[in-house]
Amino acid sequence: MDAAIEVRSLRKSFKNVSVLKDVSFSVPRGTVFALLGSNGAGKTTTINILTTLIRADGGTATVAGHDVAASPDKVRNEISLTGQFAAVDDRLTGRENLLLIGDLRHVRDSAETASELLRRFGLEEAADRGVSTFSGGMRRRLDIAMSLIGAPSVVFLDEPTTGFDPEARNEMWRTIRSLAEGGTTVFLTTQYLEEADELADTIAVLHQGKIVASGTAGELKKLVPGGLIELTFSDKDSRDAASMLLRSGYELTEDEGPTLTIATDGSVAEVAGVFVRLRDARIEPAEFSQKVATLDDVFLKITGSTDREAE
Amino acid sequence: MRALADTWTLAKRGLRHVTRSPDTIITVLVMPIAIMLLFVYVLGGALAHQTGSVSYITFIVPGIVVMTVISGIAYAAVRLNMDVQSGIINRFRTMPVAPSSILGGQVASSTLSNLVSSVLVLLVAVAMGFRSQAGAAGWLVFAGILVLFTLATTWLAIFFGLLAKTMEGAGAFSYILILLIFISPSFVPTTSMTPLLRGFAENQPMTPVVETMRSLLVSGTAGPRVWTALAWILGILVAFYLLSVTVYKRKSIVANS
Repeated sequence: MDAAIEVRSLRKSFKNVSVLKDVSFSVPRGTVFALLGSNGAGKTTTINILTTLIRADGGTATVAGHDVAASPDKVRNEISLTGQFAAVDDRLTGRENLLLIGDLRHVRDSAETASELLRRFGLEEAADRGVSTFSGGMRRRLDIAMSLIGAPSVVFLDEPTTGFDPEARNEMWRTIRSLAEGGTTVFLTTQYLEEADELADTIAVLHQGKIVASGTAGELKKLVPGGLIELTFSDKDSRDAASMLLRSGYELTEDEGPTLTIATDGSVAEVAGVFVRLRDARIEPAEFSQKVATLDDVFLKITGSTDREAE
Repeated sequence: MRALADTWTLAKRGLRHVTRSPDTIITVLVMPIAIMLLFVYVLGGALAHQTGSVSYITFIVPGIVVMTVISGIAYAAVRLNMDVQSGIINRFRTMPVAPSSILGGQVASSTLSNLVSSVLVLLVAVAMGFRSQAGAAGWLVFAGILVLFTLATTWLAIFFGLLAKTMEGAGAFSYILILLIFISPSFVPTTSMTPLLRGFAENQPMTPVVETMRSLLVSGTAGPRVWTALAWILGILVAFYLLSVTVYKRKSIVANS
């Protein structure tokens, strides 16, 4: 059994609204998995089923080798959940919050574990202050620290950086990477393609209750044409001339500025063809570059096409 | 053993909440003490002849103690609902902690703090002239019934605390219980009520509880209605324990989604 999470044909409806229609994916142990989707795609529902908070209507899900419906207690021994909003106790101090979880998880050296986590998350100075005096970022760090007590083998993070400024986001990313380096399996949901690209070994795109694409960031990017060439001209006239010249044989995208984007299949012959034509017509672009597809392109392409199918 | 240890861990958390917010202790105590002052000093003169040989303050103390407990459990419901709304309950639910520990911790801390409140209210009553003829045995049985009553009504509070959609709504059930205290022989004998109201007052659960407590405090004996009182208390305890655990397990408490 080397999958940390195995999901087969998961279904869930709320009051006749079908939120998950048929969701299947697999997360190998010790990897970072990102479930990518827009608001209302069903990400939180998926995470709630996997963390034993709610039951699925159909399909199976196993976490760390245990079925979430049949043996939720065994699953709970292996996991932790960090929800979208920091679930910390405002009326306790930071340290007391950590001790509480340590006691409930029956870790042998609660106090030692708490001190170490406070150090690791930069909360030492504020450790004995009431959490109600903490800033949003500190609450979030404490929230994550609480989730790491007892060294769970699978960590669930529901939109861990939503509403973060770039600095806090980078800090969270570092934390997630260090978890993965330590061998923990990380399951995260996100609306940000950049985040999935940055962190995840595997990405699944959830759209309208179905996984519409999955794979590594690289594999997903191959779903959109790869050989995009971007030409920038010094004036509009030469851009128009180039556009006339290349229109037959290539797919072009023109925007308002002096830039022309040309789709090729990425082969030497097609790429060379562009430049041969330009040379023969003595049109000199000011700049040229190869444009790499981003996950945004992938996401828009996939979700756009399923939206059209749905209509 | 593990479940007991977890219950105690969570009960300690609850007691910390109580001791760290003295304002809530005062809030809990203000209503029963104010009602006691009002009834004794404003209405007591007019009502005193209704209570026979028993002084009016001694007559109403059982009702006031019950009111203290209701006031305290309303706060327990609000506190639990805060945990639901903030996601802390969800955090516990994804941990290997028994539901009976999570809810039991709330019940234990609420019961302990309510007993302290009850003692404080009794001390105020003594200062106002309350005197009991009960011996040690009478007081012990009184304490036992008070603990059972607090446990039962706390489970009721847990149920509403879990179900309520808002923190404000979580304590609303207590208004009905307070009303039940007024429509009982807590402040005036039921003989002075209209027949319809009297029929209701004599058969609702607060009445045997208040009458048994009064009998214990006044004469040190449990009186004829002790079994009815215990049946109500145990019935409510079992029913709302089962209901609360069911709601806890089944309800998808998914805050803010």
